[in-house]
Amino acid sequence: MPHITVRDLSVHYNGRPALDNVTVQIPDRQITVVIGPSGCGKTTFLRCLNRLIDTTDGARVSGEVLIDGENIYAPGADVISLRKKMGLLSQKPQALPMSIYDNVAYGPRLHGTHGRRELDRIVTEHLKVSSLWDEVHDRLRAPASQLSVGQQQRLCLARGLAVEPEVLLCDEPTASLDPVSAQRIEQRFVELKSEYTIVVVTHILRQARRLADYVLFFYLGELVEHGPAERLFNDARDERTRAYLSGVIS
Amino acid sequence: MRRRLWEERVVRGLMLASMLAVLGGLALIIGIITAKGARALNWAMISQIPKGGYYLGKEGGMLNAITGSLALAFGATALACLLAFPVCLFLQHDYSGRTKLALVVRTSLDLLWGIPSIVYGAFGFTVLLYLGMRASLLGGIIALTLVELPIMARAMEEAVRMVPMELKEASYAIGGTRWETMRKVVLRQALPGILTAVLLAFGRGIGDAASVLFTAGYTDSMPRSLLEPVASLPLAVFFQLGTPFPEVQSRAHASAFILLVIVLLVSVISRLLSARTSRYSVK
Amino acid sequence: MRFRLLQERLSTAVIGLISVAVTLLTLVIIAALVHRSLPILSKHPLDRLLTGTDWHPGEGRFGFGPFIVGTVWVTVLAMALAAPMCLLTAIYLAEYARPAMRATVRPLLDVLAGIPSVVYGLFGVLLIVPLVSDVLAPFADKHLRFIRPVAPTEGYSTGYCVLSGGIVLALMVAPVIISVADEVLRGVPDAMREASLSVGATHWETVKHVTLRAAAPGLIASVVLGFSRAFGETMAVLMVVGNVAALPKSVFDPAYPLPALIANNYGEMMSIPLYDSALLLSALVLLVMVLLFNLSAQAVLVAARRRASQ
Repeated sequence: MPHITVRDLSVHYNGRPALDNVTVQIPDRQITVVIGPSGCGKTTFLRCLNRLIDTTDGARVSGEVLIDGENIYAPGADVISLRKKMGLLSQKPQALPMSIYDNVAYGPRLHGTHGRRELDRIVTEHLKVSSLWDEVHDRLRAPASQLSVGQQQRLCLARGLAVEPEVLLCDEPTASLDPVSAQRIEQRFVELKSEYTIVVVTHILRQARRLADYVLFFYLGELVEHGPAERLFNDARDERTRAYLSGVIS
Repeated sequence: MRRRLWEERVVRGLMLASMLAVLGGLALIIGIITAKGARALNWAMISQIPKGGYYLGKEGGMLNAITGSLALAFGATALACLLAFPVCLFLQHDYSGRTKLALVVRTSLDLLWGIPSIVYGAFGFTVLLYLGMRASLLGGIIALTLVELPIMARAMEEAVRMVPMELKEASYAIGGTRWETMRKVVLRQALPGILTAVLLAFGRGIGDAASVLFTAGYTDSMPRSLLEPVASLPLAVFFQLGTPFPEVQSRAHASAFILLVIVLLVSVISRLLSARTSRYSVK
Repeated sequence: MRFRLLQERLSTAVIGLISVAVTLLTLVIIAALVHRSLPILSKHPLDRLLTGTDWHPGEGRFGFGPFIVGTVWVTVLAMALAAPMCLLTAIYLAEYARPAMRATVRPLLDVLAGIPSVVYGLFGVLLIVPLVSDVLAPFADKHLRFIRPVAPTEGYSTGYCVLSGGIVLALMVAPVIISVADEVLRGVPDAMREASLSVGATHWETVKHVTLRAAAPGLIASVVLGFSRAFGETMAVLMVVGNVAALPKSVFDPAYPLPALIANNYGEMMSIPLYDSALLLSALVLLVMVLLFNLSAQAVLVAARRRASQ
C-alpha cells in the first residue's frame, strides 16, 4: 500500500507562489481531509499528487512527492502508471461522452482488459460499490449525460475505482450535489477507506468533521498545521487554525 | 504499454507533417507571388492606365484596375453594411422575440452564405439584362454586394450576439428605447467585431472575380461613371495571364502581388482598428 | 418624447423590412434563374440535359454530364486531400502546440483565408501545373499504371487537370477548415480531458477516445464548411483544370467544372441561340447542388450530435 510522503513541495503559477514548501506524510487507509479558505492551495496540492498539475500552463513544481518510496517527480517517472494508482473525483462531475457502461470500462480497456465477461464483471462490481447499480442496471447502454448530477458523480466514482487505484483524490466531491446524493457519497468514502487511502479537499467544515481521520490545514499556500482529526479539531496548536475552525476567517 | 506510447509518437509525427505541409503550401503561395510579382512591379504600373496595346506588351499601367477594384469594393461594402446591420439587429431577441422569424432569417442568411459567387454573377447579369443595362460599375457593385452581404452578416451577427443582455437591460432600465440602446450601447460595445466584419467583407470583395466577370465588364479607362464598365484587379490578373506574351504575363504576377498586398493591408488594418476600438468595450 | 417614439417606430419598421427583403433574396435568385432557364427546358427534357455528354451548343446539343461529373471529381478530390490533413493540423494546434505557436499560427490562418481566388489560381499555374506534368504524372505513369483513375491516360499530362484543381482547391479551403476545427476542439471542456487523464490515459488516448468524440459534430461541420466553399470556387480552379468538355477518366485528365463553364462562355452567350439559357440553367444546377449538399450535411450534423452524446 502506498505511503504518500510530500517533501518541500512548492508550486508557482507564472511566478506567483501557490504552494510554499509543503512537507507532510499522508497516512495509509484513512480519510485525510484538506481544509482551508478558497484560493489557499488545496486544489493545487491535490493536483500535484497525481501530476495533473502538468497540464496547467505556466505551473512550476519543485520538491518531491514519494509514493511507495518512489519520487513521482523524478525525471523519467511513469506518469501514466502513477495516474492509474490515483483515482480522481472532481467538483463538477464530468461524464465522458459515451454510454454508462463505456464510462466505467474506459480505464480498464485502455490498460489492456478486453474480454467481454471480464469487463462486464468490472462494470457491475464498481457500479455496485458506488451504489449506482440499482438505478442504471437496465440501461447500461444509455448515454451517461442523461444521468442526474448526483448519479454522474457516483458514475465518476465507479469510473475512478474501475482501474483499481490505491489512492482516491477528491476535490470538493459533493459541492455540486444535493444533500441526499452528498450523503451517499460520504457513506461510500467511509466504507471504502478500509481498502483505499482517501484524500478529500473540502470547504465544508461539518463534512470535514464527519469524515476526517487526519487533517491538513492550508492557509495562503502554506501548510499551517496537520494532525489526527481529534486533536486538530479540538485542540489546534496554531492560532490561524483556531481562527478558521471557529469561523473568524473563512 | 509500449504500444500505446509508440502509437502516440506516430500520430504526433503525422500531425506535425500535416501542419508543415499545409502551412508550407500556404507560405509558398505568398512567397512565389511576392517573388515574381515584386520583380515585375514598376512605378508605371501603379500610376498609369493602359495605353494602347498594353496587352500586347506596350506601355501603361494598371491604375484603371486598382481604382476600379477599390470603387467596386467600397460601393459594395457600403451597401452590404446598410443591409447587414439591420438584419443583425433584427436577429437579437430584442426585435424578433421568441418567434420563428429569427430562425427563418438566420436560415436564409446561411443559404445565401453558401451560394457560390459565380451564381451571384449570373443572377446579376440576368438583372442587368432585364433592366436593359449593360455591364457597369453599378452592376458590379450590386453583384458584389450580394457576395459580401452573407459574409459580413455572419461575422457581424456574432459580434452583436456577444453583447451581454445585462448591458442592454441597463439601458432599457433607465427608459431607453430599443433603437437608442442599439445606437448607443450595442454599437459601441460590438464595434470591434463589427469593424472586423466590414473589413473582412471588404477584403473578400476586392478579390472576387467571378461575380464581377459578367456584371462589371472591363475597360482600359479609369472609373468614370456608375453606368460604364469598370476594370478590376482580379480580372486584370486573369486576362493578362491569358496572353501568350511573357512580358504581359509577368504583369499578371505584378497585379496579383498588388492584390495580395491590398488584402494583407486590409487584414492588418482590421486588427489595429479592432484593438483600438476595444477601449470602450465592457469585458 | 414624441420624436423618440417616432424614431423607434421608424427604425423598427426599416429593420423589419430589410430583414424580410434579405430573407426573400434567396427565393428571388432561384426564381430569376428558373425563369431564364425555361427557354432551354422547353426545348430539351431536363434528364437528358443532365445526363447527356454531348456538348456542342452551336449545333443545339447541350449535355451537362461532363460538367457535373467534372465538378464532383475536383471537389471530392480536394476534400479527400484537405480533410485529413486539416483535421490533423487542427488537432495538433488545439491539443499539442505550445501557446506561442498557436498565437502565431491562428492570425496567419485568418490572413490566408482572405487570399483571393485568382492569386491561388496564379500560384497553381506557376507551381502546381508544372509539378503535376513534370513530376507527378511521370511518377504515376511509371509506378501506378495499374490503378486507372490515378494514372495518366496516354502516359502524360499537361498539368492542367483534375489533380491540379484538387490540390489548389484543397489549399484554398484549408485555412477555413483548420480555424473552425481548432475552435471546436478548444471548446471541449478541460474537465473532460482531466477525467480521462486521471484514469491513466495517455494524451493521445484522451484525444482519440474523448476529445474527438465530444467534438465530432463540430468537426464534421468544419469539413462541410470547407466543402461548401470548394463547390462554388470558380477562378482558381478554372485556371488550372484544363477546361475540356469530356468525362475525365483519371485525375490527370482535364475536366470542366460547372463554375468554369459559366465563367468561360458568358461572352458567347448572346450569339448562339439558347446558350444564355443553358448557362443560366447550369448556374441553377450549381445552386441546387450546393443547397442540397448543405441541407444533407445539416442532417448528418444533427445525427452526429445525437450520437456523440451517447
